[in-house]
Amino acid sequence: MTENIALIGVFTVPLLWATLAFLLGPGRGAFVAITGSVVQLFLALILARSVLVDGPLNHSTGGWGAPLGIDLYVDGLTAAMLLLTQVVALPIFVYARSYFAPGAHAARHFWPLAGFLIAGMNALYLANDIFNLYVTLEIVGLAAVALIAAGGGAGQVAAALRYLFAALLGSGAYLLGVALIYGTYGSVSIATLTPLIDVAAPRVVSIAALLMFAGLMLKSALFPFHYWLPAAHGGAPAPVSALLSALVVKAAIYLCLRLWLGPFAPLVQAAAWLPGVLGAGAILWGSAMAIRTPRLKLLVAYSTVAQLGYLFLAFPLLTPGAAVLGAVTLQAIAHGLAKAAMFAAAGIIIHSTGRDAVAEVAGVAERLPLTLFAFALAGVSLMGLPPSGGFLAKWLLLDAALNAGHWALVAVIIAGGLLAAIYVFRVVRQAFLNLPEELADRQKHTGRPVPRVLEWMAFGLAAASVLLGLFSVDLLKLIAVGNPL
Amino acid sequence: MTSELLFAVTGVILFAIGAAGTILLANLLRRVLAFNIMGSGACVVLVSLAQRNGIADPVPQAMVLTGIVVAVAATGVALALTRRLHQLTGECETTSSVEHD
Amino acid sequence: MSLNEFLPLAVIASSLLPGLIIFVLPERYLALRTALNLLGAIAKIVFIAMLLAGVQAGEDYGFRHAIAPGIELVFKADALSLLFITLSAILWLLTTFYAIGYLENAPHRSRFFGFFSLCVTATMGIAMAGNLFTFFVFYELLTLSTFPLVAHRGTPDAKQGATVYLAYTLTGGACLLTGIIWMNSLAGNAEFVHGGFAATIGDGHETALRIIFLLLIIGVGVKAALVPLHGWLPKAMVAPAPVSALLHAVAVVKAGAFGVVRIVDEVYGAEFAQSLGLLLPLAIVAAVTILWGSLRALAQDELKKRLAYSTISQVSYIVLGIAMFGSLGTIGGLVHLVHQGVMKITLFFCAGNYAETLGIHKISEMDGVGRRMPATTAAFSIGALGMMGAPLTAGAISKAWLVDGASAANMEWAIWVLTASSLLNAAYFLPILWRAWFRPLPVAWPEEHIPRRKWHETAWLLLLPPLITGILTVALGIFPDAEISPLTWACFIADVEYQALPK
Repeated sequence: MTENIALIGVFTVPLLWATLAFLLGPGRGAFVAITGSVVQLFLALILARSVLVDGPLNHSTGGWGAPLGIDLYVDGLTAAMLLLTQVVALPIFVYARSYFAPGAHAARHFWPLAGFLIAGMNALYLANDIFNLYVTLEIVGLAAVALIAAGGGAGQVAAALRYLFAALLGSGAYLLGVALIYGTYGSVSIATLTPLIDVAAPRVVSIAALLMFAGLMLKSALFPFHYWLPAAHGGAPAPVSALLSALVVKAAIYLCLRLWLGPFAPLVQAAAWLPGVLGAGAILWGSAMAIRTPRLKLLVAYSTVAQLGYLFLAFPLLTPGAAVLGAVTLQAIAHGLAKAAMFAAAGIIIHSTGRDAVAEVAGVAERLPLTLFAFALAGVSLMGLPPSGGFLAKWLLLDAALNAGHWALVAVIIAGGLLAAIYVFRVVRQAFLNLPEELADRQKHTGRPVPRVLEWMAFGLAAASVLLGLFSVDLLKLIAVGNPL
Repeated sequence: MTSELLFAVTGVILFAIGAAGTILLANLLRRVLAFNIMGSGACVVLVSLAQRNGIADPVPQAMVLTGIVVAVAATGVALALTRRLHQLTGECETTSSVEHD
Repeated sequence: MSLNEFLPLAVIASSLLPGLIIFVLPERYLALRTALNLLGAIAKIVFIAMLLAGVQAGEDYGFRHAIAPGIELVFKADALSLLFITLSAILWLLTTFYAIGYLENAPHRSRFFGFFSLCVTATMGIAMAGNLFTFFVFYELLTLSTFPLVAHRGTPDAKQGATVYLAYTLTGGACLLTGIIWMNSLAGNAEFVHGGFAATIGDGHETALRIIFLLLIIGVGVKAALVPLHGWLPKAMVAPAPVSALLHAVAVVKAGAFGVVRIVDEVYGAEFAQSLGLLLPLAIVAAVTILWGSLRALAQDELKKRLAYSTISQVSYIVLGIAMFGSLGTIGGLVHLVHQGVMKITLFFCAGNYAETLGIHKISEMDGVGRRMPATTAAFSIGALGMMGAPLTAGAISKAWLVDGASAANMEWAIWVLTASSLLNAAYFLPILWRAWFRPLPVAWPEEHIPRRKWHETAWLLLLPPLITGILTVALGIFPDAEISPLTWACFIADVEYQALPK
């Protein structure tokens, strides 16, 4: 009983507080948002515990099941992603409350939009039919676009528009795929479709699969469809970038995983190498751009492009019998925590120095040690160095790749770690440099003092991503529940 | 050619035209229009392919209604952003450079 | 939690907890920071003493923590671990005193001591690692915690040195990770065991095992400064003297050498490694490093750089000893791990004293410094003589065992290498000693920070540590067979490894 309440609550509570926040305005809206997020976190924990103990959970909303009603389904993967979303959202909301200067234009719209974003994502993780997934994907996309543009200048609005059209293209393709599937099988429920589709499915099903995956790749910024991400994530305010890089892209990747492991499993084995190749391309290109860019937030945004490549790199390994799902999900979770921490830290640094430039990071080791520590810890997880969650995920992936004989994957994963080290340490090294005179004078005019709570939120997220590496036995057990592999 | 197949092919052609427009056009208003055509194309496919034994199937029609609502919302957001961009820059096109301001 | 599980954790916690607390302390809490440092160091030594007593009596100390299905963090305090741990803990205590004196009134001391403690924690973890996974975790932690120490001064030179350091160590880490995962896929998540576990894998994997060995040795060889992976060490000299002392005597290079010992003896096993033909190439690389390091040392005028190249050369004595098949060579290598640590730290402490007191960084500035700072220069001389293998010093003992081991393993050429190295050591240390004692005093020192007051040549905190280690060097040379000496302990270890008693 409580699990069903938790299940419904986890996407209705954010809808509620989003509406309240819209009516109440930014001051009280922040308070409502944070309270709501605490409740959501609690509900997500209840769901996770229930799945761990009792196995996957099914719920038909309103008592009407498929094919007419909307089915909700919670297995280990869903529960883990729900946990990630709430665990990242809560500190970022606390961060955002102090980050936006009082009366800032961006703050006015941030809270309701963030609420709709979280509601959409939670609903997406729960949905068990491909059309409902389309609806929630659209909600998430529109909310994200609006968040990027809110209160910003021409650059932000242009980036938001570019993202919007990419997102609409992607979901349009996805919808066409849904249409073709429905035309062939007469159902959109994943539970019904999975046993129906086998290797002998008609060609139109393969086309539908292609369309859906292409649409999702566009939305998850997989190389070479990543063109909209750097400007969007690099130009938005820090809390927005954190939510986007940590959570929103994960939603599209989660969908890819669901489709890959569920209905389309028999069809994709032939093309399994493609996400691997594209993932490798993403890692190399994203890291190269991150190493070269002079802007700090853009560096972190390019890092997202590269790190998403890791997730797609694992797709060729998702063969039946392999325990790779845990590794991929762990990588997604570790990246989510670390990226949120990194954007939070970058936001603090820019807030303090007044400029978005890697060169201006000099002297941060002295002025903002906690922030730098947060950035460095997050970087440790991104690089896959022990003892972080990123390292554990990398270890598991390498193990799986070696056992499957994919030597190229092993090389790419290792190279990716070294490339990530180059751009992470670009920033950390610069921070240890003593602040030169000219920069110090200028920063006195453009910089602002930093509230302590911002630093603690960034540090908390970074510490979580590192501690994940030591305490993830239960998490991996959770993800394995209901694992289709 | 049965009517449903005709509609389905029309839908796919509309979709293709809309998608091409969204990608290739420069003017934002035209891209919004193209996106709407794309969405309509997908909806036509959904409705046409979903006849079962000559009887109209209500489920895809419900899905199309939902899709139309989503498309309206997306169009609203797109138009609002276009208007804002026009207010700020006087232009109705997005530039392709990534690293500015 | 039983005492057997608690003690290994306590050893790690005794530097981790003070380190974490020190990070958040504001700069001005000098007394509290000093108290925490010393408390941690002394507590650690107490715990280690308990471990030593227990291991000698045959007790098992270990701790496990499951990270993921099939992956465990395993700590195991066995005889080999204790050799390294004891060295690290005692030298850490001395270096803490030294650093307090050296960094008096310097900025960012909280940051420095915080990372200092983390560094020692990582070293303890490396020493007590019970499987390759745990070893790797703490090995990379060592890289991460030493980086801020190298970059500490915040100058562009420091940034350069730190960058080079990272480039080498992270690349080495990548090789190490590849090798470890490959080995684990062949052998399961096997743990370190005397005599190695690689032989149990079965036939048909010889080529894979050879390549894995290469990857693993590259990985640990970067930190152990084997040629051609040694380039970071001279560049890292830009760090403050306590850091150089720590890096070169205790933490990083010894961790690398320790890694070689674990890999050769407890992953592959000496006999299996010999049967794969791996020991001879390793010995050759070590020999090349010994000679190359000494040759380059001759060309350096900067004192710390000369000591750096000397370290590169001396650490490979350990690797050479391990690569000699037979218990004598292993004993020689292990005992040199301890002896070289003690001697080298003396030299670096003295180098730091010269820089801090008189502004001397170059050997050409060291004329007559023996008369201005006799105690320091006496300690320096003892250390230098030990490096040369002069009788009555610790260096002589390790060299004797290495020579014996070489003849027992039919590697007479290694004896020539060792002799040549001793001569080269003399060639680059004796001129320094001659300058210091016998040349007339210069008109003025480069920058006299600490003036001389009667007998007081420099600050006490700077003077005592090198004197203590210098006396220790002589003591180890005169009483090698004492009951608790490194030599006895090394024999104990080799006994278990080779199942045969040495002479």
